Amino acid sequence: MLERIRSDFWYELLNSPVTIISAVIIVLMIIGCTFAPVFAPHTPFDPATISIMDNNMPPAWQDGADPRFLLGTDLQGRDVLSAMLYGGRISLLVGIGAVALSVVIGMTVGLLAGYFGGMTDAVLMRVAEIQFAFPPILIALLFNGILKASLPADVFAQAAVPIMILAIGLAGWVQFARIVRASAMVQRGQDYVTACHAIGLPTATIILRHITPNILGPVLVLAMLQIAVAIVTEATLSFLGLGTPLTEPSLGALIQIGSQYLFSGIWWVVIFPGIMLLVMVVAFNLVADWVRDYLNPRLR
Amino acid sequence: MYFLLARLLQATVVMLCVALVGFLVFQFVGDPVLSLVGQETSVEDREALRESLGLNDPILVQYARYVVNALQGDFGISYSFNRDVSEMIADRLPATIELVMLSGVLSLILAIPAGIYTGIRRKGGVAQTIMALSVIGVSIPSFLLGILLILVFSVWLNWLPSFGRGDVVTVLGVRSSLFTWDGLSHALMPAAVLCLFQLGVILRLIRAEMLEVLRTDYIRFAWARGLPGQRIYFRHALKNTLVPVVTAIGLQLSSLFAFSIITERVFQWPGMGSLLLHAIGQSDIPLLAAYLIFVGLVFTISNLVVDAVYVLIDPRIRHGAH
Repeated sequence: MLERIRSDFWYELLNSPVTIISAVIIVLMIIGCTFAPVFAPHTPFDPATISIMDNNMPPAWQDGADPRFLLGTDLQGRDVLSAMLYGGRISLLVGIGAVALSVVIGMTVGLLAGYFGGMTDAVLMRVAEIQFAFPPILIALLFNGILKASLPADVFAQAAVPIMILAIGLAGWVQFARIVRASAMVQRGQDYVTACHAIGLPTATIILRHITPNILGPVLVLAMLQIAVAIVTEATLSFLGLGTPLTEPSLGALIQIGSQYLFSGIWWVVIFPGIMLLVMVVAFNLVADWVRDYLNPRLR
Repeated sequence: MYFLLARLLQATVVMLCVALVGFLVFQFVGDPVLSLVGQETSVEDREALRESLGLNDPILVQYARYVVNALQGDFGISYSFNRDVSEMIADRLPATIELVMLSGVLSLILAIPAGIYTGIRRKGGVAQTIMALSVIGVSIPSFLLGILLILVFSVWLNWLPSFGRGDVVTVLGVRSSLFTWDGLSHALMPAAVLCLFQLGVILRLIRAEMLEVLRTDYIRFAWARGLPGQRIYFRHALKNTLVPVVTAIGLQLSSLFAFSIITERVFQWPGMGSLLLHAIGQSDIPLLAAYLIFVGLVFTISNLVVDAVYVLIDPRIRHGAH
């Protein structure tokens, strides 16, 4: 229901400073990470520009710090802030890419099942139900593990980012299929659909042009929530050593690298990427919560 | 009764499908013959081995054999440990169950009262604080929380051990690490990490359900009758929030097993999760397939239990309106 933005949109939004702050944070992060090469003070993964002499520098406000490295450096002398921007880029790319894939699969399945009903519905929804039996993170993990077992190591490392998008996207489509199916079943019985049939529109046109726009509201809310979930899933897989390769670490991989040096007191290598990941996820969740409440009239 | 029988049948079909996926992975990812013998084995020997493993039989026959073996607890031999897969799982299972139970109980003890409270005192300061914390609880990745706990309690304060399972003793025939102080101190942080996510989810659900129920007409009528608040909240409202809550708890159980993989890695807890990660690292397919079936089984059984509980708590199901 991407109905025209209601007149109370800005009023409701301005009454929720938390949502505004979250939205601003998301926009800033997307811009900052997308243009990481522009904003990052250093190029952390280019061996030519890093020096081992700069290793283990604490953040700039502590003793013994170097003002060139605002958030300190890691064991190999890489700038933590720059690594975070580059890492955040991968996290956002995988998160948004995976959800886009889930939406496409889920909407296709949901529309087919909900509109046609009968056998199509029964078969598709049984498949969905069985997959729903497994927590998405486990599916992504197993899928990743199976691909890792069947592909040569160098191919797997090269295609790490697309493989992550595929694994997490395939793990997350069921929820989209469920809500789309439920909405499609409702829409199917509406008068406007009967009218479309009466004037002889082809089924594909009815589904794509007339029904789809009416079910986009809940899909949008779920997609925002799922981006947060997908980012966490990606970070978790990378933390477990199954995700992005160490030459191209995402936020999760950065935390994994940092966690190995916890006991040597080098806390900034793990804390700062951790905070960035957490802020990113919380921001997406808060905005999604607000959109859901906004679209749900019963809560007002 | 009919309801439960139908559910049982459905559960069997689900398990057969899960077994099919497990079997397909088992059979077609990598070459089992190559995994068992080295590169230098002759082609004839390989063919003989293939024949003796039954890999040349029709696919349905192989699937049937896999299911029959699985029913007898035989999931093949692990490639990387060269041991019976079911034996290895039996070795690791108690540690994971211990962790899952501890955190499951913890999260219920905390989530149910907190959920009811925030549902009733929706605008209060304490309730708002709890809700704000729960947003962070469901947002923070569990591995990150684990690392932060280690940093604070093991590195900075040096209060709790950061890895492994503590002393294991047998009390009343149950071997567990939860009976010793050392064991408890090892289990505390992993259980807290595992609990927090469930806690947030269940708490928010109970709150939302309470809010829905509290504005229904029969509650308004109960107030009009002058019933005491306590009676309305606990006898009238809480009962009607239970169905979705029980569903969620049932679903959470299998995700507890999934999330224990992460927790076990962070705290190097020697359970099933560590085993699975090892299996993935080594491409140990029989182990992988067995783990898949095991989690499917946990899910199916917990779902059946949930359905049975429905029958107990919801008279509409009991009286045949399914």
